[in-house]
Amino acid sequence: MSLEVKDDEIDIVVAAIHSDLTSFMNEWRPIFSRFHLIIVKDPDLKEELKIPEGFNLDVYKKSDIDRVVGSSTSILFSGYSCRYFGYLVSRKKYIISVDDDCLPARENDGFLVDAVAQHITNLTTPATPFFFNTLYDPYCEGADFVRGYPFSLRSGVKCALSCGLWLNLADHDAPTQALKPGHRNSRYVDAVLTVPARALAPISGINIAFDREVVGPAMLPALRLAGEGKFRWETMEDIWSGMCVKVICDHLGLGVKTGLPYVWRNDRGDAIASLKKEWEGVKLMEEVVPFFQSVRLPRTATTAEDCVVEVANAVKEQLGSTDPVFARAAGAMLDWVKLWKSVGSSASS
Amino acid sequence: MAEPSVTPTPVLKDELDIVIPTIRNLDFLEMWRPFFQPYHLIIVQDGDPSKTIKVPEGFDYELYNRNDINRILGPKASCISFKDSACRCFGYMVSKKKYVYTIDDDCFVAKDPSGKDINALEQHIKNLLCPSTPFFFNTLYDPYRTGADFVRGYPFSLREGVPTAVSHGLWLNIPDYDAPTQLVKPLERNTRYVDAVMTIPKGTLFPMCGMNLAFNRELIGPAMYFGLMGDGQPIGRYDDMWAGWCIKVICDHLGLGVKTGLPYIWHSKASNPFVNLKKEYKGIYWQEELIPFFQSVTLPKECTTVQKCYLELSKQVKAKLGKVDDYFNKLADAMVTWIEAWDELNPSGAKSVELPNGVAK
Repeated sequence: MSLEVKDDEIDIVVAAIHSDLTSFMNEWRPIFSRFHLIIVKDPDLKEELKIPEGFNLDVYKKSDIDRVVGSSTSILFSGYSCRYFGYLVSRKKYIISVDDDCLPARENDGFLVDAVAQHITNLTTPATPFFFNTLYDPYCEGADFVRGYPFSLRSGVKCALSCGLWLNLADHDAPTQALKPGHRNSRYVDAVLTVPARALAPISGINIAFDREVVGPAMLPALRLAGEGKFRWETMEDIWSGMCVKVICDHLGLGVKTGLPYVWRNDRGDAIASLKKEWEGVKLMEEVVPFFQSVRLPRTATTAEDCVVEVANAVKEQLGSTDPVFARAAGAMLDWVKLWKSVGSSASS
Repeated sequence: MAEPSVTPTPVLKDELDIVIPTIRNLDFLEMWRPFFQPYHLIIVQDGDPSKTIKVPEGFDYELYNRNDINRILGPKASCISFKDSACRCFGYMVSKKKYVYTIDDDCFVAKDPSGKDINALEQHIKNLLCPSTPFFFNTLYDPYRTGADFVRGYPFSLREGVPTAVSHGLWLNIPDYDAPTQLVKPLERNTRYVDAVMTIPKGTLFPMCGMNLAFNRELIGPAMYFGLMGDGQPIGRYDDMWAGWCIKVICDHLGLGVKTGLPYIWHSKASNPFVNLKKEYKGIYWQEELIPFFQSVTLPKECTTVQKCYLELSKQVKAKLGKVDDYFNKLADAMVTWIEAWDELNPSGAKSVELPNGVAK
């Protein structure tokens, strides 16, 4: 049931947290080389980027970010958040974004996992958020809706977001990884499923794809920890963005899928060292989750932009006085919508 | 630092009953012998009570046919279906154990991708003994499994989870499709082994299949009524569906968890799709009313036991679904009869869990 998607409808956005992207790009070459890539260099990175030949790409650096965005915004496009600049300037319908410490995974039979193809399949087949299918994705080969699944819900809804997973170094927080330093994810779960409506999940930015036309404005850089760093253990920006996207998708009747594809995530960093910084993020989640579980958007909010503004206002009202990081996040969300409207709005041909 | 060694799963042989409905024979038990023999079986014999169902040697069991059901329940026997595997819920009622596992007689031992036989019962026990996480979805699925954990962003305050009431297993080979799907795809076989167990989030309904199902009878037993199906009824093959919607609403209300995924069994027999279509026909369009009903059901705070929840549900079924078809008036009455029968056979003091303010223990 998936539509024919042309290669030129897709952008692959990579945040360069490391300067030497040679092995990253070469490992992904069999999968990425057909597509246009947007590489955004972390503005804090001093060294020159090393990128191998043979790709169709655009590279954006600090000077480009400053030129486009200038001082018009409170948003800091640094660290992992630099990728949002890539989302902003892209003109394609679909965006796939992978962290630069991830490589293609291999299936159980040794074949390279084409993460791009799987994400596109996820985005172009319907999602089923209103009723759980016990055989998981009913649209994939060899599966279907099970007995008892209401027929009126079988056409599903548009899938706006596809969240992939990670083998080897999974996306755990610092305390968890510090407690089990040898723990590596070796379980390949062969399923894609829709995250049910009103169910929230931590949406990791490590391996993600989305329909920019539909939810672009909701993929936003807003929550920046005071001690935010260059390891995923030291950030919460994607988790915050993911909560916003899920709430907005639920409101707009769009779907979010999780599961395949897997990427292989390299060992990197020291969880115990990161514990200090990320403890703040872990504490904040205790406030963040109840807020998102209870936020309600008015029926008048019918676009992603409108929804972001509503959520930002709710954040300011309900969380603003709890911690300054939330007041700043609300401000960043409003700035993002303004930026999106002036720089990023549609223009995907 | 090495991973902590895995503690073996308790066998629970004196705490678990296996309930099997059958109308034919129990030959399938031979294949299950290595895994089932330690346990007590409750066989519910459907159909002609004068027929003798032979139970393979070496199993400890009790067997009930229709005459037994009528004798034990008297007039209340009207709530137990005849000529439909829904009659299995009689087995839940007469069981005296904490856990129940139910399996169909055309379900066999499956193999995992490495070729090893799957001990489905052991996996169900694992699922039931460790918590569920209905309030927030973990993208790495069951965080309590060996080799898994909670992902970044999962609130620590939710990591203890809640007690698991139901473990819903899946099937390789013949998938559990409805009749229209079977007609369109008669040759489709489920060959995908999805190595995951997950909690179905609070507020989300699912189609519960009774072929490979385990539950904590103390936590949710009274809600596992499989409805009025089969002989004399306008509908069939919706028994487990009905129970699944009821238990999910009640589990959500009481803060209990429902898991789905592993274990797999091998489902060998494809039932006749034309026969199925006749049975399911009304269900297919009734469920369009049933789903919105269950999605919007709210149970008052005073419903702190499963029985109270279930009786309240039966009132709402009569009030809101009675107008869809008179069948639902009869079903609502049967739900009440079921609870009366359950309480008679399971007098209180003997394991009916009261949960204050609908909060899980």
